[in-house]
Amino acid sequence: MSGSEEKTSRRALSALRHDPLAVTGSLVLLLLVVVGVGGAWLAPSGVNEVDVDRMLQPPSWSHPFGTDELGRDVLSRVLVATRVSLQVGVVSVGIALVAGVTLGLLAGYYRGWLDNLLMRCMDVLFAFPVLLLAVAIVAVLGPGLLTAMIAIGVVYTPIFARVTRSGVLSVREQVFVRAAVSIGASDLRIMRRHVLPNVAAPLIVQTSLSLAFAILSEAALSFLGLGVQPPAPAWGRMLYDGRGFVTEAWWLGVFPGTAIFLTVLAFNLVGDALRDVLDPRQLTIGEARRNAG
Amino acid sequence: MSDCPVLDIKGLTVTLGTRRGPARAVAGVDWSVRAGQTLALVGESGSGKSMSVLAATGLAPRSARVTGRVHLLGTELTGLPEDRRRRMRGRHVGFVFQDPTTSLNPVLTVGRQVSEAAEEHLGMTRRAARARAVELLDLVGIPSAARRIDSYPHQFSGGMRQRVVIAMALACEPDLLIADEPTTALDVTTQAQIVELVADLQRRLGTAVVWITHDLGVVAGTADEVAVMYGGRIVEQGPVDAVFAHPSHPYTSALLAARPDPAAGGADLITIRGAPPSPLDLPAGCAFWPRCPVRADARCEHEVPPLVPVSAGHHVRTFYRHQRPTGEDG
Amino acid sequence: MGRFVIRRLLQSGVVLLGVTLVVFLLLQLVPGDPVRVALGTRFDPQTYEALRARAGLDRPLVVQYLSYLGNALTGDLGVSFRSGRPVTSIVLERLPATLSLAATAVAFAVLVAFPLGVLSAMRSGSLLDHAARVFSQFGVSVPDFWMGIMGILLFAGVLGWLPPSGYVPITEDPARWASHVVLPAVTVGLVTASILTRFIRSSVLEVLSEDYVRTAEAKGLRARVVIMRHVLRNALIPVVTVVAVQLASLLGGVIVIEVLFAWPGVGRLTYDAVQARDYPVLQGAVLLVAALFLLTNLLVDVLYARLDPRISVR
Repeated sequence: MSGSEEKTSRRALSALRHDPLAVTGSLVLLLLVVVGVGGAWLAPSGVNEVDVDRMLQPPSWSHPFGTDELGRDVLSRVLVATRVSLQVGVVSVGIALVAGVTLGLLAGYYRGWLDNLLMRCMDVLFAFPVLLLAVAIVAVLGPGLLTAMIAIGVVYTPIFARVTRSGVLSVREQVFVRAAVSIGASDLRIMRRHVLPNVAAPLIVQTSLSLAFAILSEAALSFLGLGVQPPAPAWGRMLYDGRGFVTEAWWLGVFPGTAIFLTVLAFNLVGDALRDVLDPRQLTIGEARRNAG
Repeated sequence: MSDCPVLDIKGLTVTLGTRRGPARAVAGVDWSVRAGQTLALVGESGSGKSMSVLAATGLAPRSARVTGRVHLLGTELTGLPEDRRRRMRGRHVGFVFQDPTTSLNPVLTVGRQVSEAAEEHLGMTRRAARARAVELLDLVGIPSAARRIDSYPHQFSGGMRQRVVIAMALACEPDLLIADEPTTALDVTTQAQIVELVADLQRRLGTAVVWITHDLGVVAGTADEVAVMYGGRIVEQGPVDAVFAHPSHPYTSALLAARPDPAAGGADLITIRGAPPSPLDLPAGCAFWPRCPVRADARCEHEVPPLVPVSAGHHVRTFYRHQRPTGEDG
Repeated sequence: MGRFVIRRLLQSGVVLLGVTLVVFLLLQLVPGDPVRVALGTRFDPQTYEALRARAGLDRPLVVQYLSYLGNALTGDLGVSFRSGRPVTSIVLERLPATLSLAATAVAFAVLVAFPLGVLSAMRSGSLLDHAARVFSQFGVSVPDFWMGIMGILLFAGVLGWLPPSGYVPITEDPARWASHVVLPAVTVGLVTASILTRFIRSSVLEVLSEDYVRTAEAKGLRARVVIMRHVLRNALIPVVTVVAVQLASLLGGVIVIEVLFAWPGVGRLTYDAVQARDYPVLQGAVLLVAALFLLTNLLVDVLYARLDPRISVR
């Protein structure tokens, strides 16, 4: 039973190895992490080096992705912005994972009024279109990197709570959990040793897919000027700033957008491959609700 | 004409394309069934008993490769265009599947499900087909059929649902009824009622019946012929009395021994050790040898035994009988 | 059936109550004094006091919430910090633009996803199936606003076929409304279509493996009858839910798309309210959208119960 956690991750790894799409996705993710960590070193010029003589230059050897309306190097900005996207994605999904799993465990394990209360709260959060709620939260807390991460984290918490809860409900009645209860193991120990490893599979899948959605949400928030604040570069914001010039300067639209697309695609490919192996029948709540608002 | 079998199968082989490679589910099977007769196809799951019937009537999964010759009422079915085969099937063959809960469409009324085949194949109007559905539901013993015709499957009990399925199968007065483990999903009392119902309908309508089952006990009273299948092949075949009296294949003997005997109070239930082989990795030689209590011959593990006669119409596929003096009968 | 509807109604009522609480609390989350923040440089003591009094910010929190709730029930969602106009009418004015965009987008999505999803399930493994899967993977991974920008670049910039942005009410000039709605609706619709395609495909695949489909084939029904009467009827029941959920979330205004295409709907209103720190308008828009969302889900559940005879007995 305690081995089932290892077994899950082993199955996950072997699944990724045998699926060419998942291998591609994983390689892209690896590359993104490298760029995310070393973006500032890899960038050929400073992200905020304004050069009024070289505004809106098309791609060339010195500026492979061209320059923007202030003469800044688009390639450098795209590279450096990678970190922001990954950071928001990982932190916000981390928040959603920790909060959702805790709530889901409590609800599913103790049932009764606590379950009812927590799940009705999740229903309330579910009643808002994803992006609308995130926008509202950021709007009242004030725009910025931290509030964007909190907002996206809150928005994706109910999905994790529901996935965890339904997993807990199904393992709760199984023999080994009942046996652990009967020998007087503490609730915390039972949850950690027996229940959690058994809901690991759907959680891994949900985490991977949520990372994709979270990065899309971050891009949308920063497009609306509610993410990381200028002059720090963010892919969504670059698209927003460039949208007025895009008919004359296509590179302002193409490169940041491609970066978002490839990142999200990579997470989705890995997530889908994981789902096929770990949890083929999982409800795709996230999918059905994606891009809402 | 009465001599012509309703369904005649020769050398039927079915290979399924699976993710793990081709699986030979049926390997050269011959059998036939005549009007008014019942053939029992007996075997464990994966023995190819259902697949042989599905493939013969064109219901095999898309991935299946089917070879061999199949005659339905004298018409060669293999190689027939799908549209003609579909019409032959609907008009002349009725099917009753294992689980009436899943084999009925949950969102259509039972009346609609019974009448649609009559509309399609007998050219009935919707109203005439509906009247026919009431008749059929009445025939299979559904009380106040006229009133229940607009009910949905979930509003019936398991036994009643299986009666609906039987009514559906009889909609076009088929020449052949295929009953694929129709009692497995039902409780014991209902099982007996369904067996009795099919036997009764067969007497009244003169239908040929192929009864697929893993339980020899079910068919003992009603079948005329028995074909025991294992690993995609027929291992023993013959008149029901001969096979029951002189089971000549170790597998048949084991099946008979495994049958719960009500007289013995069901006390000792002998089971066959091991599990039936998967069509994906059949053992070489006689497919039964890894589980065989006899293993009479060194060839068992390498050579597929031929089907040899035991007595009139009674054949067996084993090396075991060969070691005894011929002519002896048990 | 009746009992089922009543239970769902009660449930939705409880959730809606929670929604009002969340929306109410949004204002409390604003660091500092929301009215002062909202007025910013336009600060003037008289307006300030008037707005504070109107919003009742001096009273205890519980009292504030109860009065907010009471007012909301009578359709009063407060007044805008900016224009002083009632929030309810400001939000409702924007609804037609959002409705027409959402309906067009979903209609487009269904027209694309339905044949694509059904065919790719029926010919699972074929070239068409692979194409459909690539399409849906693309759709769920691409940021809609980026696709919108690329659309503007191609159809408004390079080809010059369509206006890059703007809105004409359908009641004023249907043809010009149509030319303006194409780009935003297709942008949103493609994303929705990819989600629907995936869902329809897996739903049809699942039904195709059901025993009752084999039963229908065993009866010798024509392939068309088997598909239409037995497969689709069952496979599409859950699809109805997903379509409705998609529509409901689009009714919330596709904020980013409305901003990109200067489409004056609820989403654009939300964005403007955020920019102007006009919190009552933000609250009103969010509340209305959530209420619409809940209502749609309720209607879907009732519809579902009608489509699936098994539910009515519960």
